[in-house]
Amino acid sequence: MTATDMNAEGLRRDEQLERLRLFGLASPALLLVLVILVIPVGWLFYVSFIGADGTFSMENYERMLKRKSYARIFRTTFEVSLLTTGLCILIGYPLAYFMSQLPTRWANLCLITVLLPFWTSLLVRTYAWLVLLQKRGLVNDWAISLGLWDEPLKLVHNLNGTLIGMVHIMLPFLILPVYGAMRAIDRDYLKAAANLGASPRRAFWTVFFPLSTPGLFAGALMVFVLSLGFFVTPAVLGGGKVIMVSMKIVSNIELFVNWGAASALGVVLLVLTIGVLWIASRFLNFEQMTGGGHG
Amino acid sequence: MTNQDALPITVRGVTKTYGDVFALDDVSLDVKSGEFLTLLGPSGSGKTTLLMVLAGFTRPDRGSLKFGTDEVIRKPPHLRDVGMVFQNYALFPHMTVAGNVGYPLRLRKVAKAEIAERVERALETVQLGGYGDRRIDQLSGGQKQRVALARSIVFEPRILLMDEPLSALDKKLRDRMQIELRHLHEKLGMTTVYVTHDQREALTMSDRIAVVNFGRIMQLATPQELYEQPENKFVADFIGDSAFLDVTRSGDTLTAAGTALRTSRAIPDAPDLALMMRPERLHLVSDKPGKDKNVFDATVTELVYQGESYLLYAQLGDGTEVAVRGAMRAGTYTGLPQPGGTVKLGLDAADTVLIAHEG
Repeated sequence: MTATDMNAEGLRRDEQLERLRLFGLASPALLLVLVILVIPVGWLFYVSFIGADGTFSMENYERMLKRKSYARIFRTTFEVSLLTTGLCILIGYPLAYFMSQLPTRWANLCLITVLLPFWTSLLVRTYAWLVLLQKRGLVNDWAISLGLWDEPLKLVHNLNGTLIGMVHIMLPFLILPVYGAMRAIDRDYLKAAANLGASPRRAFWTVFFPLSTPGLFAGALMVFVLSLGFFVTPAVLGGGKVIMVSMKIVSNIELFVNWGAASALGVVLLVLTIGVLWIASRFLNFEQMTGGGHG
Repeated sequence: MTNQDALPITVRGVTKTYGDVFALDDVSLDVKSGEFLTLLGPSGSGKTTLLMVLAGFTRPDRGSLKFGTDEVIRKPPHLRDVGMVFQNYALFPHMTVAGNVGYPLRLRKVAKAEIAERVERALETVQLGGYGDRRIDQLSGGQKQRVALARSIVFEPRILLMDEPLSALDKKLRDRMQIELRHLHEKLGMTTVYVTHDQREALTMSDRIAVVNFGRIMQLATPQELYEQPENKFVADFIGDSAFLDVTRSGDTLTAAGTALRTSRAIPDAPDLALMMRPERLHLVSDKPGKDKNVFDATVTELVYQGESYLLYAQLGDGTEVAVRGAMRAGTYTGLPQPGGTVKLGLDAADTVLIAHEG
């Protein structure tokens, strides 16, 4: 053995052993992913291809293509999700901007108020909106007594109610990443922009806004994807007028005990969601969104 | 060379307090047209605050600030038309090099073709010709520094401000950039205010240096004057590694550590004086020194080898620790006295600088 080979064999063995140990440490987690993710999704796929007579068939998918009601449901799902995302951006972005300009102590306080709803049950929050928004609810009563409108508005059991409830629940998912991206923007960038001749408005649009977009995209994508599969809020506040895919899945199981049809809907929703993420990934830099930053 | 367009800066009575603390305490300062002036001071001295007042990012409590004859103290930063290089460069990460350098021109609605031409010229000025398409994160620290510089001069501001622009660079690059910035200033002739805490940088680059501490300007002078004839103990202490000896005065005779002092320098008119001893002005002398020298007996406490020079620490009769720096040649080091040995330290009358002892 020459001097340059000194310990080479042993060191190589150590390297292999270390890799093996790391794999050993990761295996419980891998097993968990297998059990709670891969197997159920595989099962879902399998069931979606089982027809009413218990044999392999495409009838669950054929039905979706034939019946107009399914197309409407998917359109509603995407419309509600898009509207929710848009409203969340309109409300959440300015709020996140406001918070990012506050001293850290006040910003943290605001952050807690934003996060507070997270710690309340989703069901409780949704029913609370039902109470607030109904015909003789708090919102209508106050608005009428303040003279904002004369007749009680239909705020619930329709698209309005669905959107109000969903925006309220989704808002933190938008605010958090946007706020994070904004906090990470070095104030010197804005000083530099001002020094180079940019008015505060120009500095915002040419420097601050572009640097905050990774957070905005991440938040918007999260809201949109979560909205696609939302159930409780549209079910309670939509009053049966806003039917989303998740609600159709439930009715397929509870009313018709048709697991195959429900599974097929689930598969299509899953594929569409993955499609949205895939398209987003073609245009956006996921590394940047997940905090890779802008080094 | 002075630029016809360069503007003088006049600062009068500028005060900025944070609670009870004076960040700037009634500062007045004249920066001549086309001059390279450095604000030098330790951290927290107020030098950066003063620069931020010039740029318009810090609003002082009172005072006047004129660029040329225009009062600008209440002008927002984006209307001041001064270039600035930030300590961390503040290059926009979502724009290319050309995007960054062209940014101030786009804001000024310069025609596209002219922007491209001026951006390339500015990049060539900082020796980054052809780098326009690079992303900011593809640049090294030195290149970022140059891009920041190009961006701050491309719109031909008449005043250029720099906030410790070289502090993030390694020593070799910093030394080279100091000379380059100096040349660039000679070429462009903008009135330049430069902030640093590095005295060597200040001495290397500046036409004049304002030493800042406690929110006040302690001395404003050329590098030579500042080093040779500091006006007060803070400046003497901050510039160079000086030791100070208490001087007793009886009539016309001045004594320090038992030695009657001869000096060819002016003696400040103050009751208490201190003798400033710089390491490179002290030297080891033989038993029979010349006439124009002050000689002190000392005991060597430590000897340090530093390559191009040696550093010898010694204790004088009154207990003061002084340092002596000497150039190194073959055999010098081995001939030096060892710790514990006694030496005689000489200080030429021309190097015997007396400082008013305040406080």
